[in-house]
Amino acid sequence: MSLTLQNVSRVVDGETWISDVDLTLEPGSFNVLLGRTLSGKTTLMRLMAGLDRPTKGKVLMNGVDVTGVSVRERNISMVYQQFINYPNLTVYENIASPLRLAKLDKDTLDRRVRETAEMLGIESMLDRLPLELSGGQQQRTAMARALVKDAQVVLFDEPLVNLDYKLREGLRDELRNLFKARNCIAVYATTEPNEALALGGNTAVLHEGRLLQMGPTAQVYHKPRDIITAEMFSEPPINVVPGEVTENEVTFDQDVHFQLNNDLKMLQPGHYQFGVRASHIGLVPHSDDDLELPVKVDLAELSGSETFLHVRNPHFELVLHLSGVHEYEVDQEIKIYFPTHKLYAFDTQGSLVHSPARLVEA
Amino acid sequence: MNKIESNKGWLFVLPVFIVVAFSAVIPLMTVVNYSVQDVFDANTRFFTGTEWYRTMLNDPQLQGALVRQFIFSFTILAIEVPLGILVALMMPKKGWQASLSLVLVSLPLLIPLNVVGTIWQIFTRTDIGLMGWGIRELGYAYNISRNSGDAWATIILMDVWHWTPLIALLCYSGLRAIPEAYYQAARIDRASRWAVFRYIQLPKLTNVLVIGVLIRFMDSFMIYAEPFVLTGGGPGSSTTFLSQALTAMAIGQFDLGPAAAFSIIYFLIILAVSFVFYTTIMHMQKDKTTQKTGDS
Repeated sequence: MSLTLQNVSRVVDGETWISDVDLTLEPGSFNVLLGRTLSGKTTLMRLMAGLDRPTKGKVLMNGVDVTGVSVRERNISMVYQQFINYPNLTVYENIASPLRLAKLDKDTLDRRVRETAEMLGIESMLDRLPLELSGGQQQRTAMARALVKDAQVVLFDEPLVNLDYKLREGLRDELRNLFKARNCIAVYATTEPNEALALGGNTAVLHEGRLLQMGPTAQVYHKPRDIITAEMFSEPPINVVPGEVTENEVTFDQDVHFQLNNDLKMLQPGHYQFGVRASHIGLVPHSDDDLELPVKVDLAELSGSETFLHVRNPHFELVLHLSGVHEYEVDQEIKIYFPTHKLYAFDTQGSLVHSPARLVEA
Repeated sequence: MNKIESNKGWLFVLPVFIVVAFSAVIPLMTVVNYSVQDVFDANTRFFTGTEWYRTMLNDPQLQGALVRQFIFSFTILAIEVPLGILVALMMPKKGWQASLSLVLVSLPLLIPLNVVGTIWQIFTRTDIGLMGWGIRELGYAYNISRNSGDAWATIILMDVWHWTPLIALLCYSGLRAIPEAYYQAARIDRASRWAVFRYIQLPKLTNVLVIGVLIRFMDSFMIYAEPFVLTGGGPGSSTTFLSQALTAMAIGQFDLGPAAAFSIIYFLIILAVSFVFYTTIMHMQKDKTTQKTGDS
């Protein structure tokens, strides 16, 4: 039950929404579509579902061309950002609704509805109407409706954004477990890199309608193919600093340079863009070859018990991701330590030429 | 600690108080005042108590008008509500077609009531009116001033033409408020067109429909200008509804006392029916939410 998109494009009113996407989703896989708002996640899902027809390209299900087959003939289900349930049917009837058409006998239907409800922890609410439930329970009902019918493809279009953060984490963990035992293809769209990392499985990074990279989540994270992928797949975005490699040195500008280390030795002399993750820059040195940089503080942004510290020197700006709550004055002068062995190097076009060797390759 | 007391609050309430007093309370009380007196002239009047009320409730003419009024109101509701929903479902959703259909559908609503009556009066004339002449040509001896069946049918047709757009517009706005995702989810569920209507559109329309039915009921119960212009309440008194009967009594015969008593009764009927209707609908919705599915 694999799903394949072959060179799929979708053009609406002369605007390209999806451009030449090529991907294959394996049965039993959990796939995350990661991309910003308007990157084409929803459009791509609608194409997978058969709600829309691609302008160009083919959609294959188990190798069979289903491009023109309407959603009604396909066995898929979908969960939306809004909580979509039949408003005047009880939770029980809502969950049962996809089965009613399959003409199951009463006992089987009842058993499956109850099993699914139990899986999602809403078995005690079967007699209620959706609007009498909390947002989390409403979305659980919608998920139960999607899972009850054993669809070949289950699509989640940012299902958790309308829930508060505590509920979101709980439901996300459950979701991952729910799919472990199933042999269907799960597709999950999100804007948050952390959500993609938490869900694991495969990640496909979408940007402006193009598929930038697809692969096992950890691999995409550790070896992003280019700068945009790297920026999308970290929160806060990866820092990018232009620099030059000469025979034995890396130079960011006249004042900031360091010896080429073993890690970067293979780089040919020339201009590069160096990427460093916000969490890799520290306030204290972590190893001998860390580069000490005097900087001024722009802003210390608190997020929970973490601090995003925005700093600048005369030539570039950086963001540090620190754990714990740190307070700084604006323009305060501090020293930060730049990890010279944890650098990503991209060429001037933005393609990855080097990733830090210490990371285990997936 | 000194609590500062200020009566400034009254200043803010005062304007509303005055407006309501002059627009509702004082006129109503004047009517109540007339309804318990027998007025001969400006200086001669007697207190009569509830006598006018008893007379009015037993007046066969008014009882007749009341029955006709109920038949009329329920008939037009039974036609206009389903028809309005149907029109709303068929109206285009976007583009210039949507704007055009909105304008076309709302046109009848923009026409003054007595003009509606006049339009239909001319429309149904058998010598120069398209409809009257057309029906005659088809071989039916159509005559609204002789045949009370014809008069009734024409009045109902006129009201349906005039007011179905209101229901349609309300439903149209209700339908537009349903997120696209519901329809998508229904398609994925392979739901039929009927199921989409029954389980998504109709439940989402309940609220606007309650408002629509209430407005149409109250309005139709007070209908005056259109039948007055079209049939003058005839033939005989077969299309004389409550407000026309009332006007004839108050202005035509200048029976202020009985007319006032009748106004009060009229007002109470509308109030009572609207209240019963509203609470019933609200209860139905509540029942639905507490209803249990039978375990099977």
